[in-house]
Amino acid sequence: MTAIVVEGLERSFGEVLAVQGIDLRVEEGEIYGFLGPNGAGKTTTVRMLTTLLLPTGGRAGVAGFDVVAEARQVRASIGVALQEAALDPLMTGRELIRLQATLQGLPTAAGRKRADELLDRVDLSYAADRRVGGYSGGMKRRLDLAAALVHEPRVLFLDEPTTGLDPVSRKTIWEEVQALNDDGTTVFLTTQYLEEADQLADNVGIIDRGLIVAEGTPEELKGEVGNPHIELTVGEGAVPEAERVVAELGKLRPRKGDGRVLLEVENGAGDIPRVVRALDEAGIAVESLELVRPTLDDVFVEKTGHHLEGEDGSGTEPAEEEPAAT
Amino acid sequence: MSELATGARVVGALGARSIRQTFRRPQLISPIVVFPTLLLAIQTGGAGAGIALPGFPPVQSFLQFMLAGSMMQSMMLAGNSGGIAFAVDIEMGFTDRLFASPIPRFAIVLGRLAGTAALGLFASLWFLAIGLIFGAHIEGGVPGALLAIALITTSAIAVGGIGAAIALRTGSASVVQGLFPLVLVVLFLSSAFFPQELMVEPAKTIAEYNPFSFIVEGVREPIISGIEAKQTLEAVAAIAGIILLGLWLSASALRHRLRTG
Repeated sequence: MTAIVVEGLERSFGEVLAVQGIDLRVEEGEIYGFLGPNGAGKTTTVRMLTTLLLPTGGRAGVAGFDVVAEARQVRASIGVALQEAALDPLMTGRELIRLQATLQGLPTAAGRKRADELLDRVDLSYAADRRVGGYSGGMKRRLDLAAALVHEPRVLFLDEPTTGLDPVSRKTIWEEVQALNDDGTTVFLTTQYLEEADQLADNVGIIDRGLIVAEGTPEELKGEVGNPHIELTVGEGAVPEAERVVAELGKLRPRKGDGRVLLEVENGAGDIPRVVRALDEAGIAVESLELVRPTLDDVFVEKTGHHLEGEDGSGTEPAEEEPAAT
Repeated sequence: MSELATGARVVGALGARSIRQTFRRPQLISPIVVFPTLLLAIQTGGAGAGIALPGFPPVQSFLQFMLAGSMMQSMMLAGNSGGIAFAVDIEMGFTDRLFASPIPRFAIVLGRLAGTAALGLFASLWFLAIGLIFGAHIEGGVPGALLAIALITTSAIAVGGIGAAIALRTGSASVVQGLFPLVLVVLFLSSAFFPQELMVEPAKTIAEYNPFSFIVEGVREPIISGIEAKQTLEAVAAIAGIILLGLWLSASALRHRLRTG
């Protein structure tokens, strides 16, 4: 069965068309990674699919219900963890989950039991009676995830669940998402992290400027790009000259703006000696060299002409985790 | 469980959260309790001789006269605090959590108003207790006190409805907070702190038509003389009018917010 069907979905804000008629299908039991840079239209799409925002065109169905005509049924079938972990800092973790249980219509006793189970599941029992304002970023995300699971939803929407988290917290969230999916929950996951989509998603949709520019399994998409590339770091100011020298040996890719030269080559490692030789003959010192297999960023570059990651530093390294208050 | 019972349970849960939120955030509770109590103390201590002025209604003490005004002030600031808290919820995205739940969306507004009503109840009890401790008589006895409490509690729903509407329309806590001085202007242009008969123009005419004058007189009468049908009915009519206006504005602002995201 199809968990999410989207046909020609649009949303405009005044003159700005934030989502420009997208189509997608997510099968039940799948993890769908919705990948794109900031402002690409990911959150607007999620807000429409979760009934928080009315579409201005097209249609969408979630768990078999229309997001406009049967919004209440959609809301009863989905769990939502939004981008900014919409938590009240003055509530305790336990109060929040119990409130969520009431909102989902669970009887009081069942809600209390479920809250205890979920707090235990996300390893927050020890902090359940502390105010959320004192939680670390990772704890907040785990609590948000637990709240989204109160009613055992068929479809779970996670809007950038690991943005701003440290690697350990990211991994914990990934494991939890994978475990939920193993239990049969369909997951619609937006992310700007390539690795996240690559690790978790069965299928990936890449969105840029409100349009889906590529869709498929991560392997299919990377396969479309084809060749690996050599990533060279050369001395300060030598990038233009290095690009001129190696341009004849392969296909130059757009720069990431950090002193690296990216050259797509046909023979992989076999091309490294002649690239090094050419640079050596031109008197350009190579500081480092790496052969990189195609990534989803390469797919993004192929489809849009610019990088998903790295140009402004976004999407490459997560922010430092703030310490947990005691 | 029936739809109505489920809705009532959700409104109760959201109301309880709203009360907890107010008591856990000093900047929300202090305008409701501290500011009106201080103003009551200052006015009672400094202007107590005012009751001897010709035309001042017959009262046992200035404190007895002032109790209704202080309850009104506290209740109106509770409504304003409720609006601020609602706007904070919108700013931090907490309302998205509520909007994404399978509940009637107007229950979110009603939950907030239930919390504000509880704060109105608290305000009326607080000032009645202060009045009794410092020697004020409630001339209408227990029924009079209960009437004053009921009028203040329902007024809180009325004022809270306006606050909720502004919060929903603007989504900005600072805008709602900016209405604080307006609350005082509305109060001072009513008979909350001074008898209407002794006011000068144009304040006197404004106070005569200010719906909050009708409410404050409805609350004051059972305290200073006893329950009077005319004042009570006028107060109920004013409260009902403001409640309807607040609910209509809130419903309209809610629709606008859901349409525009």
